[in-house]
Amino acid sequence: MTKLMTMKDAVARFVRDADLVVMEGFTHLIPFAAGHEIIRQRRRDLTLARLTPDLIYDQLIAAGCVRKMIFSWAGNPGVGPLHAFRRAVEQGRPHPLEIEEYTHFGMVLRFMAGASDLPFLPTRNYPGTDLTRVNPAFKKVRSPYSDEELWCVPALRPDVTIVHAQRADTDGNTQIWGLYGVQKEAAFASRRVIVSVEEVVEPSVIRSDPNRTLIPGVIVSAVVHEPFGAHPSFVQGAYDRDNDFYVKWDAISRDEATFKTYLDDWVYGLDDRAAYTGKMGARRGELQADRQMCAPVNYGF
Amino acid sequence: MTDYTTSELMVSRAAKELKNGDVVFVGIGVPSLAVNLAHRMHAPGLCMIYESGAVGCVPKRLPISIGDPCLVTGSLAVVPMLDVFNLYLQRGLIDVGFLGGAQVDRFGNINSTVIGDYGKPKVRLPGSGGACEIAALAKKVVITIANSKRTLPERVDFVTSPGYLRGGRERESLGLKGGPELVITDMGVYRFDRDSREMVLASLHPGFTVQTIKENTGWDVKVAENLTTTPPPTADETRIIREELDPQGVFLRSKAG
Repeated sequence: MTKLMTMKDAVARFVRDADLVVMEGFTHLIPFAAGHEIIRQRRRDLTLARLTPDLIYDQLIAAGCVRKMIFSWAGNPGVGPLHAFRRAVEQGRPHPLEIEEYTHFGMVLRFMAGASDLPFLPTRNYPGTDLTRVNPAFKKVRSPYSDEELWCVPALRPDVTIVHAQRADTDGNTQIWGLYGVQKEAAFASRRVIVSVEEVVEPSVIRSDPNRTLIPGVIVSAVVHEPFGAHPSFVQGAYDRDNDFYVKWDAISRDEATFKTYLDDWVYGLDDRAAYTGKMGARRGELQADRQMCAPVNYGF
Repeated sequence: MTDYTTSELMVSRAAKELKNGDVVFVGIGVPSLAVNLAHRMHAPGLCMIYESGAVGCVPKRLPISIGDPCLVTGSLAVVPMLDVFNLYLQRGLIDVGFLGGAQVDRFGNINSTVIGDYGKPKVRLPGSGGACEIAALAKKVVITIANSKRTLPERVDFVTSPGYLRGGRERESLGLKGGPELVITDMGVYRFDRDSREMVLASLHPGFTVQTIKENTGWDVKVAENLTTTPPPTADETRIIREELDPQGVFLRSKAG
């Protein structure tokens, strides 16, 4: 049975108030279309987890959707701070934001523990850092096989994980190439999974290259066809990162009024992603990726 | 002739820390330029790894973020971040990690989390990202930071990434290997004393004095007996940086001087 639906329906059915929501993608494939739909549907009291909150979570914070954030690096990469995040943490505006802080390695292990149905995972990381002092979720365990003591991080089990990808079939068998980030682990850790894709393909396309399937349909709840769904982030082989937008965002988000105007113009004022890409105009073509095809491989036996 | 900027000198000095064949964990800005410079000069066999999962990168343009698509095109491998941290970093494959931060202290501890109290920060910074694990698990760490009383306090407000902690053998006693090897600022280069593990001024950039350093460091910093002058970048190096690595001056905008 097809899982194909609109983003509006996917968010309405699978993202609820007070959920623990993950929208992953490390620089690459950040599901902005999904983030905007969550803002439009005015979800509240969400706990958001992500290694790098990026602009997408900054927008959700400014829109008042977020109660708590679990993260490891909160900045605008290569540009500066996330202003809505900073306002919330430093001044409690628009309302206080609870934070739970790890490192990239710690977040990846949390997802992996959740995905493997383990209570925690250990690491050699963390001796000497103050992070373990301010976050009581870090615990130490003695190895049952040696005298070593190791720091551990607890499993993370999101209610819903949303990822964007190059292509999937209507069952949700999802193929990603380029930077993988932590999408696979986050999806397997999650109770529900929404996948948005640049292209919906026939199962035969997926089966022609099974090594590229990162997320299997068996864990996917919804598939959304959402071309340009990651902008201003990028999709390898489809469109480049809109670095100019990331730079411009600093001025837009620095001021609460211009931030609100952006949300009015580009989120609340639009029905869906198709309206957003229409509003992008010529910029869309400027970001088009060059073609660089890989050498074919033989799957025969 | 001083036809180079301080940033170019920092890039050139950082590049000299890299040996051919080193596996290097790269960050954006000065580290990225330094690694790419070394790759084009004396270390063609260097293997660049970005925490985004790109291994053996050959970026055709200056990467603006550590997840730039140009790091993927033509790379040797692209791996999940779980592999980057477990298999490459924790397993001990990384020879050199580059780190920066808002503050670095006397024992090479780095703060990139908060200025002030964690619960009520004066300034909320981005946080660790992958910095803590690089500081803990890379074989050696090279730090780049501006030289001022604010950025080099005696003790950081928050240890995001462990250096030698409170000095001596504390780092080793907690089971950590490696540690910071070098701190490169806009005024000089520091190394760490073998016993006390304290930062010691090892070389001055041309035009700077020990007095300027002392006026711009948060403690009474010790000076090496064999204090040297940091070699300025060669004409070849500045040409590669300007024409090939950062032609738009994205990271190195400051004027020559």
